[in-house]
Amino acid sequence: MNKLKNIQWKNYINYIAIALVLVVFVALTLVGSVSASTTSLLEEMAIKIILAVSLSLVVGFLGELSLGHAGFMCVGAYIGGKVAAVLAAPLGNGILTLVIAIVVGAASAAICGFLVGLPALRLRGDYLAITTLAFGEIVRTIFMNTSENSFGGPVGLSTPRFDKKHFYIICLIMVLITLFVIQNLIRSKHGRAIEAIRDNEIAARATGINITNYKLLGFIMSAAFAGIAGVLYSYTKFNVSSQMFDYNYSIEILVIVVLGGMGSINGSIISAVAITFLNRYLANVLTGNLAVLKDLIYALILIFIVIYNNAPALKDFREKYNFQTLVAKLKRKKASKPDTDEAQVKEDA
Amino acid sequence: MADMNDNREVVLKTDHLCIQFGGLKAVDDVNLEIKKGELYGLIGPNGAGKTTVFNILTGVYKPTSGRVYLCGEDITGKAPADVNRKGIARTFQNIRLFGKLTVLENVMVGLSNQIPCSVFESVFRLPRHKKSEKECRERAIELLKVFNLDEYKDHLASNLPYGKQRKLEIARAMATNPKLLLLDEPAAGMNPNETQELMDDITFIREKFGITILLIEHDMRLVGGICEKLTVLNFGTELAKGETDVVLNHPDVVKAYIGE
Amino acid sequence: MEFLTTLVNGLSLGGIYAMIALGYTMVYGIAKMLNFAHGDIIMVGGYMILLFLPINPIVAIIAAMIFCMILGIVVEKLAYKPLRGASPLAVLITAIGVSYLLQSIAQMAFGSAPKFITVAAKLGIDGKMLHIGGLSIGYSTIITLVCSIVVMIALSLFVKYTKTGRAMVAVSEDKGAAQLMGINVNSIIMITFAIGSVLAALASVFFLLKAPTMNPTFGSLPGIKAFTAAVIGGIGSIPGAMLGGILLGIVECFAQAVPAISPYTDAIEFSILIILLLVKPAGLLGKKRREKV
Repeated sequence: MNKLKNIQWKNYINYIAIALVLVVFVALTLVGSVSASTTSLLEEMAIKIILAVSLSLVVGFLGELSLGHAGFMCVGAYIGGKVAAVLAAPLGNGILTLVIAIVVGAASAAICGFLVGLPALRLRGDYLAITTLAFGEIVRTIFMNTSENSFGGPVGLSTPRFDKKHFYIICLIMVLITLFVIQNLIRSKHGRAIEAIRDNEIAARATGINITNYKLLGFIMSAAFAGIAGVLYSYTKFNVSSQMFDYNYSIEILVIVVLGGMGSINGSIISAVAITFLNRYLANVLTGNLAVLKDLIYALILIFIVIYNNAPALKDFREKYNFQTLVAKLKRKKASKPDTDEAQVKEDA
Repeated sequence: MADMNDNREVVLKTDHLCIQFGGLKAVDDVNLEIKKGELYGLIGPNGAGKTTVFNILTGVYKPTSGRVYLCGEDITGKAPADVNRKGIARTFQNIRLFGKLTVLENVMVGLSNQIPCSVFESVFRLPRHKKSEKECRERAIELLKVFNLDEYKDHLASNLPYGKQRKLEIARAMATNPKLLLLDEPAAGMNPNETQELMDDITFIREKFGITILLIEHDMRLVGGICEKLTVLNFGTELAKGETDVVLNHPDVVKAYIGE
Repeated sequence: MEFLTTLVNGLSLGGIYAMIALGYTMVYGIAKMLNFAHGDIIMVGGYMILLFLPINPIVAIIAAMIFCMILGIVVEKLAYKPLRGASPLAVLITAIGVSYLLQSIAQMAFGSAPKFITVAAKLGIDGKMLHIGGLSIGYSTIITLVCSIVVMIALSLFVKYTKTGRAMVAVSEDKGAAQLMGINVNSIIMITFAIGSVLAALASVFFLLKAPTMNPTFGSLPGIKAFTAAVIGGIGSIPGAMLGGILLGIVECFAQAVPAISPYTDAIEFSILIILLLVKPAGLLGKKRREKV
């Protein structure tokens, strides 16, 4: 019985954590002591979390490598930003405009997700990776070459900026919505089907899983939330420039997902928060000539972590000293009776 | 022959099945007829085209010519997932489980099509989601109990010992509620004890579920022990077919297996 | 006339892409990995030329080739070799890490501002044109074209007729079987990386002949383009990489020659990739592999 409770509590931990952050900062705002740099950091974190969690659906759960996530964000930022800019005059720059912008931005990104999902049905692995990368670059090039009064072209699109002081609240609420939708999807028969495709596509087919539908669903859903992140991004800036949505940005999101651990939503969240915070912190500490050290450190950390987590030669070492077994050991020491289930798992591993 | 007054329903029938890869005829004019409740064996030396026949039956390959009928319905050329939904489930020669899912979840994936629930209902946690999840879980555990796998239900499938993985693959296939079960070398890599256990299991599930089974096997002991009828393939063509003991003593079969 | 000029320019650019694409394709064929850092080897080659250019341009080019060769081998040994047998995604992410690492090291050493590296001037061919009939083509374009053709022929002969070359083909067909035939897979992979990196260094010479600037992220776009070329041609196939590279170079030059579509050049090239993959998932000359069930 105790165990069941434990599992349920774990299921909601990420909602609780984010809601807690939200409540704390809302309280602080009411008192009036949240600085502009803090709220912008919160916005940035929220956007990165949405991007990471949505990419994780495709990469970690569906098992398809996508290098074009920034492309979907770009679509959301431009389309959503444009909708907001147009509607701001008749409807006012309020919640209604924002909601419409988010819905339209998400829908247009979702359509792109569908288009990218189509090749995913035929291609796999590295071929799909280069296709998604190509897609992102195509989107960016197209927006960069639009005329000045459609999407701003090389100058960028001017967007109405939302009330700066409170926008982080909306961002955090969107994080909660993202988690709600993606987590509920993953923790259902559909999520199991998606993971089954990742683990063994041929067996999934033979078990009656409709691969086409689930792959498209994964890509569409992932793209829609990236689109939402894009709309939010456009609202945090006066100006959206396609320059920033290049493949390096896609890769940055991918790195967040990989560092967080494939197929772990909480991992993606923690890693998104940590990287955004570190980015900001290091940018303040390493100024001038030292700024380049940041990239160097990131690159080295990335290489070390990936090799450590994946090198076949380090397999035994990892199994001895990883986080989960350490926790299990601690737990067993605490409990007078070892959990039989856990002991069994160990034996068989 | 004995077939004359056997009027059980024909579950699987293939009609002049052929497939060609480039210039090679991998399967050439194979005609199977399997009746309801039968345990049918498909044997033959390496490279005889046995697994290719399975792949045609399950829609992985499209035959160059010929038809496949399941309970009288033409299912030739249907996609693998559709073939499964029509009622053919299979296992694989090299085990293919969903390694990072638990044993229970593997079976639950198999039950997926039995218990409907839309994406919308799942995402918004509507009543049907809870009901279907509960039902799915219960049925999966029931099925795992049949295969004596229930104590492993929370283990990752990839952590199971080899013999148990084979069993889980059969359990997952059974979860899709098939009319016909295809087993591709179920005893491969097993020791005699495990093989014996497997034979008992196959006999047991056949009785319990009344299912029709077609199996590919190298192990003559297993084939002779449980199959009622056999088809022997050699270089893609049928060498012999009929009652097991007759076929196994057929001079051509002896020649193909042991040599002149 | 203009058409011919564009065609020659396209062929010459295509030659450069082909050379880089060869590095991608050979590494992919043999190590089954997408070497994302391959483009950055071009950039490193460019900076090496900058360092040695005061001595002599030819010495600088050779030094760059040797340095890149060593760098390619070192990267393979330190970053990729430990991951042999790991998931392709892990290897790809490591390669991305290596790419960032090389870029940030270059930025630390040479700063982020573009550097001028005047190879053409030092070689004494800067701005010189060859006039054939009404056609005028730059010396550097011709040198690039000729060199890349020679390199491609040499590489084809190497793969076909030398023991090492045939071993490379064997490893890319079936690593396990090649090992059983007594081929040292590790040294073949090392040689592949070495050859790929030398070609990348050579490519950087030709890029510098075209435009004499270099910055730390210079390699990214040509790298991606060349990878696109390799995939268009059918990754793993050596003639495919050459074909894909030349095709992409010609498309790029013609797209840039038409003012109406020139801003969309990149988008056009990438669209060709996507459309082609939808029609021929294995690329133009790639082999379709049937997954064994």
